[in-house]
Amino acid sequence: MRARRPCALTQARAFRFWTEMPPEPQTQALDDDAPITAGGIWLGVRKVSVLMPGIVVFAVAFGAAAAAKGLSGLETFLMSAVVYAGVAQLVAMELWRPEWSWGAIAGIAVVTATVNARMVLQGAALQPWFARYSRTLNALHLFFYTDANWLIGTRYRSEGGRDLGVLVGAGVALWLVWVVATMLGYGLGALVSDPRRYGIDLVMPIFFAAMIVPLWRGRRGAVPWVVAGVVALVTAKLFDGYAFIIVGSLAGAVTGAFRDDPA
Amino acid sequence: MILPEPGSWGPTLAIAAMAVATYLCRIAGVALMSVIPLTPHVRRGLAALPGSIVVATVLPLIERLGVAAATALLVAIGTMILRRSELLALLTGLAAISALRALGF
Repeated sequence: MRARRPCALTQARAFRFWTEMPPEPQTQALDDDAPITAGGIWLGVRKVSVLMPGIVVFAVAFGAAAAAKGLSGLETFLMSAVVYAGVAQLVAMELWRPEWSWGAIAGIAVVTATVNARMVLQGAALQPWFARYSRTLNALHLFFYTDANWLIGTRYRSEGGRDLGVLVGAGVALWLVWVVATMLGYGLGALVSDPRRYGIDLVMPIFFAAMIVPLWRGRRGAVPWVVAGVVALVTAKLFDGYAFIIVGSLAGAVTGAFRDDPA
Repeated sequence: MILPEPGSWGPTLAIAAMAVATYLCRIAGVALMSVIPLTPHVRRGLAALPGSIVVATVLPLIERLGVAAATALLVAIGTMILRRSELLALLTGLAAISALRALGF
């Protein structure tokens, strides 16, 4: 690797990971290996626009739930703008109360962290990509990191892409739409009083299920997935909440790590 | 020193607490992997991670949400195999679940 790079060690690691990954093309230039371009940002906006209808409906459902729970317009806006995590926000509406003690505030923070713990793994999964960029940039774009971003980024990387602009464009565009659609739902309120009827609770599960298809690399690559699925099912039976995502995913990753043949 | 009760700031503080918790989740995995050396084992584990996250998220949800949801997700996966379009998969999936729920499943 080049000596002028500030963090040669991470660079070397990222390089190794990148060239040894089977789905990655081996032929890309190693110069300017950390691009973030306007073209990439635009590509990200286009990629995320496909997921937009589902996200809009999800945000409208959250806005309506917030109105029903008695949040003010400003509070609803703030939550979508600074928390920006759909499932956690909907779960928070279940726990919302008129009076807040410090204990209740700590409690909602813990529940939020539990629901969002999958983001820790999603971040880890794409870290070899991010390692090429500055800490400041990563700290900034990770604020906009969501399930949708992770799905888009993972698919883009598996097709050989490496322009971080794709994540930035997708993240910021999604954030804007998320905030606007939240307020729309807040205004419409009771119109979507029963989001289940239209299957809104299935929007994210459908996106996740659809991702299995582009991620498929043949039966041998699916062994860790089977382990992940079985462990997640058992964990979901034993514990309430969303711990099953973390426990199942880690079980799959560990299985993948200790299989002798290349994953 | 005893903290005063949150009072009228309660909702704002709750939102702030959620925001901090969420941001920490967003950066934690990236920060963690930047200090863990990328050995072949870790690399294979990371390669298996995306599919594992997807399956570990979806399977228990299907189990919790019931037969109608499972059917809708299978419809979405089938659409994806045939057309490779997330939007189409979402539309067919939502159509399936709306129809099944309207029929009382």
